[in-house]
Amino acid sequence: MAPPGAPRSGDAIFASVERVNAELFTLTYGAIVRQLLTDLEEVEEVNKQLDQMGYNIGIRLVDEFLAKSNVTRCVDFRETAEVIAKVGFKMFLGVSASVTNWDADGTCCSIILEDNPLVDFVELPDTCQGLYYCNILSGVIRGALEMVSMKTEVTWARDMLRGDDAFELQVKLLKQVPEEYPYKDDE
Amino acid sequence: MAREVSESCIDSLLTEMVSSYCNRFDANKPELAGRRIEAIGYQVGHQLAERYTMERPRFSDHLEAIKFICKDFWSEVFKKQIDNLKTNHRGTFVLQDNKFRWLARMSVDPSIENVDLSQDTSALAENKATQAMGMHLYFPCGIIRGALSNLGIPCAVSADISNLPACSFVVRIKA
Repeated sequence: MAPPGAPRSGDAIFASVERVNAELFTLTYGAIVRQLLTDLEEVEEVNKQLDQMGYNIGIRLVDEFLAKSNVTRCVDFRETAEVIAKVGFKMFLGVSASVTNWDADGTCCSIILEDNPLVDFVELPDTCQGLYYCNILSGVIRGALEMVSMKTEVTWARDMLRGDDAFELQVKLLKQVPEEYPYKDDE
Repeated sequence: MAREVSESCIDSLLTEMVSSYCNRFDANKPELAGRRIEAIGYQVGHQLAERYTMERPRFSDHLEAIKFICKDFWSEVFKKQIDNLKTNHRGTFVLQDNKFRWLARMSVDPSIENVDLSQDTSALAENKATQAMGMHLYFPCGIIRGALSNLGIPCAVSADISNLPACSFVVRIKA
């Protein structure tokens, strides 16, 4: 056991949380995307709404992330990105991601996901061209980071459902609100 | 071993799905929102039943299929079985889960939960909370209807939460 208060690894947290069969999650997400395509008709609008749903999830999920990971304030965006990839993805989705492609001033990087439970059993028909199927993930990251005072833009650079060899999210730091300390005192 | 994700993933996704349909896509049209959420559940149930029954012989009658839902299917999805099954032997089945997971873990709006209630706001708040819970039940009802439809049993499914945290699903098989 790590001493109380020490940051915990993604593996350790994932092993300790309640887990469910990923099939239910994957099929539910797929059914939501399909229903949105029917209800909203425009692929662009579906992309937008998936991102919005993710954003709403992210701003709530960040509390659980901070509480369970014992991650203290990250010193910079570089460290923040590493923590998202190594701890965040692992503790929720059970897969880890890697961070690469940093730009010179350390404000833009790529999070690479080679294994992605959202797309198990998924094949997109031709009618879904332009759909960013996993757009909920970019929203989650954007929402969670906003709650720790980082305004970001998150876009897909590679997508396996579009024939690429991995999922690559480009995360660009737009603005960091310096002195706001978002955690509540009693946590 | 089967792949797993944290339970927070499915909880967050379901909460957000319900809130998106109720507050954004179909705001002020709760019936339409409910139908669409039920349709999502139907797809999920249909696909899950397909997967869970792949290596099984066909069910000999309705009761066998319903028992499969109560035991194997419920265990896969909720890690427990249905606690009580009743039937009138004329095509209606009542499946009771004494502590239905998706309601037990549902975050009720704190403004509803914690207010110091005077009489009339109490009734109003209760009404609102029940309505919110109702929206969360379209999805599991859809799952059951989808699963049974995959097993060749067309039916209608409704839920009764008059006995919280127990939840009863009423399955009416169409003749």
